[in-house]
Amino acid sequence: MDFPLTDPFFWETVIQGLLFGGVLALLSLGLNIVFGVIDVVWICYAELIMLGMYTIYYLYSDFGVPLPLAMVAGVLMVALLGAALHHFIIRPILHTEPINQLLVTGGVLFFLQGFATLAFSVEFRNLGVSFGSIEAGDMYIPTTRLLAFVVSLVAVVVLWLFLKKTYLGTAIRAISQDRDIMPLMGVSPGKIYLVTSALGGGLAGLGACLLVLLYDIHPAIGLTFGPITFMVCVMGGLGNMIGGFIAAFIFAEFIALGGFYAEIEWGYVMAFAFFIVMMFIRPQGILGSKS
Amino acid sequence: MGEMLQVRGLTKKFGGFTAVSEVAFDLDEGEILGLIGPNGSGKSTTFNLIAGALTPTAGTVTLEGRDITGLAPTNVCHKGVARTYQIPRPFRKLTILENVALSAYFGADGSISREEAWKRAEDALDLTQLPVDAQSRVDGLGAAGLKKLELARALATQPRLLLADESLGGLDEKEMGQAADMLSHIRERRGITIIWVEHIMGVLMRVVDRCIVLDHGEIIAAGLPTDVAHDPKVVEVYLGTDAESVQSQVAGRVAGASETVGA
Repeated sequence: MDFPLTDPFFWETVIQGLLFGGVLALLSLGLNIVFGVIDVVWICYAELIMLGMYTIYYLYSDFGVPLPLAMVAGVLMVALLGAALHHFIIRPILHTEPINQLLVTGGVLFFLQGFATLAFSVEFRNLGVSFGSIEAGDMYIPTTRLLAFVVSLVAVVVLWLFLKKTYLGTAIRAISQDRDIMPLMGVSPGKIYLVTSALGGGLAGLGACLLVLLYDIHPAIGLTFGPITFMVCVMGGLGNMIGGFIAAFIFAEFIALGGFYAEIEWGYVMAFAFFIVMMFIRPQGILGSKS
Repeated sequence: MGEMLQVRGLTKKFGGFTAVSEVAFDLDEGEILGLIGPNGSGKSTTFNLIAGALTPTAGTVTLEGRDITGLAPTNVCHKGVARTYQIPRPFRKLTILENVALSAYFGADGSISREEAWKRAEDALDLTQLPVDAQSRVDGLGAAGLKKLELARALATQPRLLLADESLGGLDEKEMGQAADMLSHIRERRGITIIWVEHIMGVLMRVVDRCIVLDHGEIIAAGLPTDVAHDPKVVEVYLGTDAESVQSQVAGRVAGASETVGA
């Protein structure tokens, strides 16, 4: 084998990993904000993304809606689904045992998968949109992946500004620290939870916009991204958005470089092995606090 | 009587235990009412019932002629009632100004602009003598500072009725005096009506207009601080704890008052 640092394929792989990391980082944001604020894990998070992808696909392919508009509709659709998930399913059992919330969102996962299979059939669908590649030296970088990466970074910055600079964002940060005293300040926790759920859904919708450009759509696509998104969040420290962001890039590089030295499946094996080892060393996650 | 607040037959039962029983009192605008009694006498439960954190088993709470019994805490806040907690519970990851500005903005039910909320927060910080800059963090505050922050956060919602829960707990004697003066000063500046819960009687007596003494959830005495402190039932409740010191502290209050007049 050549010395990798002079090998353009090596660098192409590193960059591909970086770009994939951006997508994973975006996917982890929605799950993390919902957990950080409401203390609930949406096991069915990736299935919301799947529904967002179908929304965009049908609007674009069957109804001829221009792609950017279809994507906006997809984001709104999943935001609405997130709010509905909270209002109809999480809220009634919010104060019961945490395991109930895990189980019920797990149930929603299979419900949505079954629903999608019945409604859309198991056929793989593709948007058929390609933006080509950018050539840099001997390397080829697919434009869609670059776009996905940039959108992820912008989303992270916008979310950070929202949380830091607006009253609603400040309330969202505050309620994750002490939910009981919020009403004394005139804040209704129920409303904040609903807004947060819609925000988490909206981020899943944004993830759908990017994935729909990169992958085929089918009812079980959630299983491809659900577990890895979940693991990125856990490794970063559940609810810790910066930790999740770092973990996303670590995971993505493991997968990409594993694929470079062996087959891509070995990348996943190594990433998950690393995850398991990390759980022994730092069970609270990279940036999670002990409690 | 009772243009600000009317409490009638207020009762709270937890299973077979009656925490608050048939409590009734009136409050005029601008008054400071002391609510005292030994630990477990129902002071904090009474606060929770007025602020909406608990729903009364029976009785009514009327604020400025409007029935607020059983409203959610958020709505009670929007109607003009604020409270502080005995143990300060600031958001430690937010700055001092963010803590108070959040309260100002949402306390007004989103009806004011960003800038207005900011201004109200600065006013509240100014009134409680806390740093008004945007960077100061909660971690830098000591016990007295945290109590002030708790107060500033309550004041930022622009309340007309303030429920102050044990504002003196954990403070040294000098700080206690300052805290009492601060409440008195806030009443003068803002015209806010205050109910002040405390189990340390002395300092409170210096500031309040009237006093209610609770024991086992019932009002056992009400009236002027001097009368209440000499009431045999009150003395009995506090006996073995600090009955004598209560009386000497009240005597000190009279002396303190004449000093103020002299100065």
